[in-house]
Amino acid sequence: MKYLLYILIASALVLLSACSSSDESSQAKQEKAGEGGGLTAFQLENGIGPITEKLNVGEIDPAKVKKGEATFVAKCAPCHKLDKRLVGPALRYVTKRRSHEYILNMILNPTGMVKEHPEAKKVLAEYLSPMTDMNLTKEQALELLDYLRSVRKEGEEKKIPEVPLFRSAQP
Amino acid sequence: MKQISKLIILTLMVSVGLFLSSCGQGGSNGGALKSSAAEKVFVAPGKWDSHYAFISGGFSGQLSVYGLPSGRLFKVIPVFSVDAEKAWGFNEETKPMLMTSHGFIPWDDSHHPDISQTNGELDGRWVFINANNTPRIARISLETFETEEIIEIPNSAGNHSSSFVTENTEYVVAGTRFSIPIPQRDMPISEYKGNFKAALSFIKVDQKTGHMEIDFQVLMPGFDYDLSHPGRGKSHGWFFFSTYNTEEANTLLEVNASQNDKDFIAAINWKKAQEYIKAGKFKTMPAKYTHNLYSDDTHSAVSETKKSVRVLDASKLPGLVYLMPTPKSPHGCDVDPTGEYIVGSGKLSASLTVHSFTKMLKAIEEKNFDGDAYGIPILKFEATLAGTVQQPGLGPLHTEFDNKGYAYTTFFISSEVVKWKLGTWEVVDRKPTYYSVGHLMIPGGNSRKPFGKYLVAMNKITKDRYLPTGPEVCQSAQLYDISGDKMELLLDFPTVGEPHYAAGIPAELVTKRSKKFFKLEDNEHPHAVKSEAETKVVRKGREVHIYMTTIRSHFAPDNIEGIKVGDKVYFHVTNLEQDYDVPHGIAIIGANTSELLIMPGQTETFVWEPKQPGVWPFYCTDFCSALHQEMQGYVRVSPRNSNVKLSWSLDGE
Repeated sequence: MKYLLYILIASALVLLSACSSSDESSQAKQEKAGEGGGLTAFQLENGIGPITEKLNVGEIDPAKVKKGEATFVAKCAPCHKLDKRLVGPALRYVTKRRSHEYILNMILNPTGMVKEHPEAKKVLAEYLSPMTDMNLTKEQALELLDYLRSVRKEGEEKKIPEVPLFRSAQP
Repeated sequence: MKQISKLIILTLMVSVGLFLSSCGQGGSNGGALKSSAAEKVFVAPGKWDSHYAFISGGFSGQLSVYGLPSGRLFKVIPVFSVDAEKAWGFNEETKPMLMTSHGFIPWDDSHHPDISQTNGELDGRWVFINANNTPRIARISLETFETEEIIEIPNSAGNHSSSFVTENTEYVVAGTRFSIPIPQRDMPISEYKGNFKAALSFIKVDQKTGHMEIDFQVLMPGFDYDLSHPGRGKSHGWFFFSTYNTEEANTLLEVNASQNDKDFIAAINWKKAQEYIKAGKFKTMPAKYTHNLYSDDTHSAVSETKKSVRVLDASKLPGLVYLMPTPKSPHGCDVDPTGEYIVGSGKLSASLTVHSFTKMLKAIEEKNFDGDAYGIPILKFEATLAGTVQQPGLGPLHTEFDNKGYAYTTFFISSEVVKWKLGTWEVVDRKPTYYSVGHLMIPGGNSRKPFGKYLVAMNKITKDRYLPTGPEVCQSAQLYDISGDKMELLLDFPTVGEPHYAAGIPAELVTKRSKKFFKLEDNEHPHAVKSEAETKVVRKGREVHIYMTTIRSHFAPDNIEGIKVGDKVYFHVTNLEQDYDVPHGIAIIGANTSELLIMPGQTETFVWEPKQPGVWPFYCTDFCSALHQEMQGYVRVSPRNSNVKLSWSLDGE
């Protein structure tokens, strides 16, 4: 009688562990996928999103700068200033910190970026508010890029100091 | 000891068994231990249901959205009642939606949803539903799952035989339950007979916009019109209404309206009606009714008062209406997918009466009449009778259909669903419901193309089925699998308000058009601001308009000064977000009118009338981000005679 009891307890334990171990392994898999491991060198440098190759953006186009500035005021300014840390980083020298393609991917795929890209995740950890997806078109993003290139140029000419991305030095 | 170890062993065996079955739920191979009903309703976390069910809220006045087979509640769509959750009827934009010729109605009674059709099949564009008490029909968009339009029905009272669509949604039809003096006038109630009339309304639906307009009303004798359904396929162009109280009693109807052995199913030839309209045979009657339209461009509703309606008199226009005698106060009036059979559920009868459309046409052609009622021909009972389902149960109410030639009828008194075969009229299965079932719904079960997998029974009484919640118990529906020969009860699930009727549809016909957010550039709200740079505060005498924006996670402006006691302050708040699932809310201390819940790209308005000086906070009411708790601001309110200048700012700018 007692043996039967042991057998039953043992088999119940085996069943339990079998079921939960399969759960654990799938969870472990998910975590591994979430670490951002397996990004290509291009993605590490240029972000994840619709821009998958280096672009030749050419000279700064004043017409684009004008449109980009309007978009910046309407869509970005609630969280970003040029020379002041707000909800998000100050953006005057963002083209110095990031590649053009990285900036475009960040604008066009912010949700994916803060989830998967190690650099974007670091910024999220600093600022806490995930960048919002304003559902801009690629054309609007390119105009914004020219605007950001133009304000950097202006900043360098006028020697406007850069606001650091992080409050403390990063490892 | 022996007893105890036996008990332990038994417990272990049971728990191992349970564990095995629960462990296997996600998999396909449950083996002999599988619990089939649980598996059939189990939708794994993160997975989607296969069908939507739109279940009316009855006395709640709303329409709730469920998933099938899980029975999970997704949303309560506010329709005919104010809803604090969505500020429906509280914010300035949606107040006009609840306006009627009787003024603002905060709460009505919603009954019969029906999904729009194309070629007799569900098309997933709109759901229509009736307000029973103050007669109205609403149209709900299945892009936004929001009520877009409400039209009041004049000359109607107890808008019950509504709202059912024709097979290309040419019309949504609304029939009166109560007969009344038309036009309304002061007269003795005892003079009902012969003087009271009924109006059955045919509301035209614009196929592009969905906009509704009453095309005409058919004026009928003073019976009660209980339910209705459209002809389809061969009977497209006809509409069928069940009637009771053909006795025209005006008191103690439970006795006095049950005197006649038979009442009628009224068959209305609406294509003939269109001819009469074209030929100018209508009368334009003065009438007062509202038409309320909500726009996703202005994010606002406008209420308009209409002044007249076109009426066709059934007593004077030959060929417009025929009456089919149907035993014992028929309630449900349901048409099979082929359009041939019209099932009348005489609620005091022990049998179901089925009329044949083909035989009806023949009887009309041969003038096989049995007298008339107020000039409307009564067809001979035997001439239109297709068959009788003999003694299937007690208290038949409603019938829906599957795609294999079977009909399913609910029986209120005997609490069951009975499956029977069209054509042979034989009963093939019956299953109990818990308890006293009213309507039933099979997705597409009142169309040319039913999806015969699930059946939802909506019960009037639940008694002991759920944990007790005081005198007011849980309202409930039950889900059956009807894919096999025998029905199988799978699930009980609670509903919001009394579930009078429902409409179901495969999810894929809806999900692909579901809207994710409103584009800011398309926002035409007169008080919208599309960037923080445009935010401002404007004083117009004692009115102050705050043009405010929200984005994760701040308001702009968030510091406002120069408001005075006695001001009427309008908060016009635009949500600048352009992403899925990022609404913001706003509430201010002492808000007497409304809080807001604003979808991305939308503008909403509430009014605040501060009553005492002070500095009053406002904050976001919908958890929007990690810094949601930081989403707050202050309004400074000064005494009436103060000189504080009107000013506003965000972060000092």
